[in-house]
Amino acid sequence: MTPSPPPSQSAQRAALDTVKHATDTPATTQPWAELGLKEDEYTRIREILGRRPTGAELAMYSVMWSEHCSYKSSKVHLKQFGEKAPETDALLVGIGENAGVVDIGQNYAVTFKVESHNHPSYIEPYQGAATGIGGIVRDILAMGARPVAVMDPLRFGAADHPDTKRVLPGVVAGIGGYGNCLGLPNIGGEAVFDDCYQGNPLVNALCVGVMKHEDIHLAQASGTGNKVILYGARTGGDGIGGVSVLASETFDATGPAKRPAVQVGDPFQEKLLIECTLEIFRERLVAGIQDLGGAGLSCATSELASAGSGGMRVELDTVPLRDSSLSPEEILMSESQERMCAVVEPDKVARFLEICEKWDVIATVIGEVTEGERLEIYWHGEQIVDVPPRTVAHEGPVYRRPYERPSWQDSLQADDAAALPRPGTGDELRAAALALISSPNQAAKSWITDQYDRYVLGNTVLAQPEDGGMIRVDATTGLGVAVSTDGNGRYAKLDPYAGAQLALAESYRNVAATGARPLAVTDCLNFGSPEDPDAMWQFAEACRGLADACLELGTPVTGGNVSLYNQTGDAAIHPTPVVGVLGVIDDVSRRTPIAFADEGSLLYLLGDTREELGGSAWSQVAHGHLGGLPPAVDLERERLLADILIAASRDGMVDAAHDLSDGGLLQALTESCLKGGKGARVVVPDGLSPFVFLFSESQGRALVAVPRSEEVRFNDMCSARGLPAARVGVVDGDAIEVQGSFSIPLDEVRAAHEATLPEIFGR
Amino acid sequence: MTGSASGLGRIGVVTFPGSLDDGDAQRAVRLAGGEPVALWHRDKNLHQVDAVVLPGGFSYGDYLRCGAIARFSPVMEPLLEQARAGMPVLGICNGFQVLCESHLLPGALTRNDHLHFVCRDQKLRVERTDTAWTSDYTHGQEITVPLKNGEGGYVADEHTLDALEAEGRVVFRYVGGNPNGSRRDIAGITNEAGNVVGLMPHPEHAVETLTGPTTDGLGFFTSALKRLVTA
Repeated sequence: MTPSPPPSQSAQRAALDTVKHATDTPATTQPWAELGLKEDEYTRIREILGRRPTGAELAMYSVMWSEHCSYKSSKVHLKQFGEKAPETDALLVGIGENAGVVDIGQNYAVTFKVESHNHPSYIEPYQGAATGIGGIVRDILAMGARPVAVMDPLRFGAADHPDTKRVLPGVVAGIGGYGNCLGLPNIGGEAVFDDCYQGNPLVNALCVGVMKHEDIHLAQASGTGNKVILYGARTGGDGIGGVSVLASETFDATGPAKRPAVQVGDPFQEKLLIECTLEIFRERLVAGIQDLGGAGLSCATSELASAGSGGMRVELDTVPLRDSSLSPEEILMSESQERMCAVVEPDKVARFLEICEKWDVIATVIGEVTEGERLEIYWHGEQIVDVPPRTVAHEGPVYRRPYERPSWQDSLQADDAAALPRPGTGDELRAAALALISSPNQAAKSWITDQYDRYVLGNTVLAQPEDGGMIRVDATTGLGVAVSTDGNGRYAKLDPYAGAQLALAESYRNVAATGARPLAVTDCLNFGSPEDPDAMWQFAEACRGLADACLELGTPVTGGNVSLYNQTGDAAIHPTPVVGVLGVIDDVSRRTPIAFADEGSLLYLLGDTREELGGSAWSQVAHGHLGGLPPAVDLERERLLADILIAASRDGMVDAAHDLSDGGLLQALTESCLKGGKGARVVVPDGLSPFVFLFSESQGRALVAVPRSEEVRFNDMCSARGLPAARVGVVDGDAIEVQGSFSIPLDEVRAAHEATLPEIFGR
Repeated sequence: MTGSASGLGRIGVVTFPGSLDDGDAQRAVRLAGGEPVALWHRDKNLHQVDAVVLPGGFSYGDYLRCGAIARFSPVMEPLLEQARAGMPVLGICNGFQVLCESHLLPGALTRNDHLHFVCRDQKLRVERTDTAWTSDYTHGQEITVPLKNGEGGYVADEHTLDALEAEGRVVFRYVGGNPNGSRRDIAGITNEAGNVVGLMPHPEHAVETLTGPTTDGLGFFTSALKRLVTA
């Protein structure tokens, strides 16, 4: 029926590679290498099937056994997140489903997850970033939840590099273009610049969803005779092989153009899909559900069938197409966006289709759950796939890649930042302060975040530049959740074990600073090539560090994503574990903002300040230096600090709180003063130099504004719990003044902090 | 002429495919003391509501042109009829675009002059207080409500702009910086009768201190409700 297919396709159509044909022609040469499979993997497929795979089977195995889908290099390390999981009764659904689900009380549950869309976003920034949002939103939706917020941790090359001007505006426009049109507030995220990301920007996307406990849905196909319904967008030729080609190979300057492998998003279709799916959930019409993301139908059918109790039979020629010339292999591999796959009992199919019609969503019964344990796919009556689904979805190859502490690690750590020349006089400190807060990494990110809708849905209590985003879940009780994402690749480069723990510590601290109690973790592990023992060592160390820290802080990893091969030639990115922490707050009206808005409030520095400059923002801005050791990790202190911040929020003892992280006290002062429109006078505590006071990045610290009326109570609480709390100043005036050292009028601070990104990227 | 058994003013909020701020508009009506009524784009009547809000969002994905497809929705037929008969209608953002596409209001909304979507807290000056939606404000009052759009540049030919000014039909003007290149800093306008108002900024997102920059937006909804009670 194809109008005029190109010759290669008519040839293919003429010789449909059926299961029977494959059995009869064992010697046929197959393009397993081109599809990204290794020889031993191909051999294993032949062993599993007892014959050569058909073209369609080969397509399925190749995408499902890619690094992106199978986690074949990372699996052996990731299992620590389960083995070392802390005891908790907050986790309703753990690792392995589309996303983890956390109990937040009052019969509400929250699901959240962060994923990467790094490689597509480098090739086609707008669509790569847009479909990254689309994919994570469908993951959350598939759990049964209404998506309520997104946030995007981003990493780019140098801010002033010409290619960053290509990538960043496209990524930001893509995130905004898709997320804004979906009606999801963007409440946080990060944007970090570093040369190491020049050829490998990181575009991670996090989504949060809310549901009632009884609404949890799982990706499984059970119940013989149940129908398999594909609904949403038609299937087209976009993103074919995106998974295996894009996510699993490093970029090579001499390689073929890969643009067609990036998917194209339609947020309007996704918005309809969300509303349609939620209505279907409300009427309890679904026995199992899975979104279509990487590896498209190959993934959805094999995962549903693998997780269920029966097999599955699919009539592939019933799939609605955008391009009628697509071959069955292409249909199986297509990563067309905005599609979902549901398993529905026969007597509920009519109502299911009716709701889809109401929302103008195309829905088609493409198959059914069968007895037995095979996934069988037919094309115009001929069998082209007959496989045990577990071997496709869950029993892919597992590699124990060799890893070794890099030969350069010791010399990197020996190159101590303490030896760098420092500002001494008041004038020098003033200049260093302005240089820091106007540097691209420390400067205001509103050029980016003002392109995102943070108001839609009307439940955003805190959004960027706050420490964490906060969303109201229940308008009657005020129940809410806070989320933060953090990750410092510079720290992780110096020590990946500590670096992963510091990422968790910062995110945990940020959530606590808003007044919410940290409950659970999602992570996006962005690393170089697993085939490089240096990068693999970084990955192994980071996993170990994060798992150990999650155990100690009592916050389980609920799910996440691994992105490897972020490497061009020998140049890998800094190891960049991005950690998202979700917290719960009983009453969002008690939240603590960062803004110093009340004149006369007293500034207290909580925690211990030591001379810790390794990997610091100052060492990067002032000296372009990266060396030494990152700040020391003290998780017990982090937990104590969090307890104090949460109690202070609950009992109304603080007006404002800001965690201390990159850029140290100076950065927190800057952001809190500018947000509140008030200045601050600070005094350097005894025993510290002004430089260390302002620029050190010691962990386990926060700066809080305490109303005078609460000072005694606050102090008593800190001393009773053993948390060092030093009164360091007062909210006052219209300048940031470090007594005896320097003063900068707030207008000058604002100009320095806010002009940088607009100057680089235009109005 | 309130048609509600509860005695509250019934304000309908239309949901088109792709509407996003419909829930927020309903919440704003409720907080202002009214009864929100969900209207569906395929409805052929307005379910006896006393006023209608066309909410923000991306109706039909904003494909073709913002608001261009929504204006042909079945619900628009009774809405046009009743708007012409004097029923209060408020179009916010995408709703404003729909009103312009429907020719209930003159002019059009074009891509922001800086070509980016912009989300920010925007100061507006109220220039007309005798419309259905602005009677609770004082003339010249400055209010702050969120603005969030990619195509919010108000344009019309000079003749139309002059007429709007002469007839006092500019209801809101941007203050403290024009965020999108709108002609003469126009943020919102009304029809000749003053019952139909359209604006790009989002008053429904400024109804609670917890989630909005101010509660300055409540006045839109209390204005309409008062008018319904006295009508």
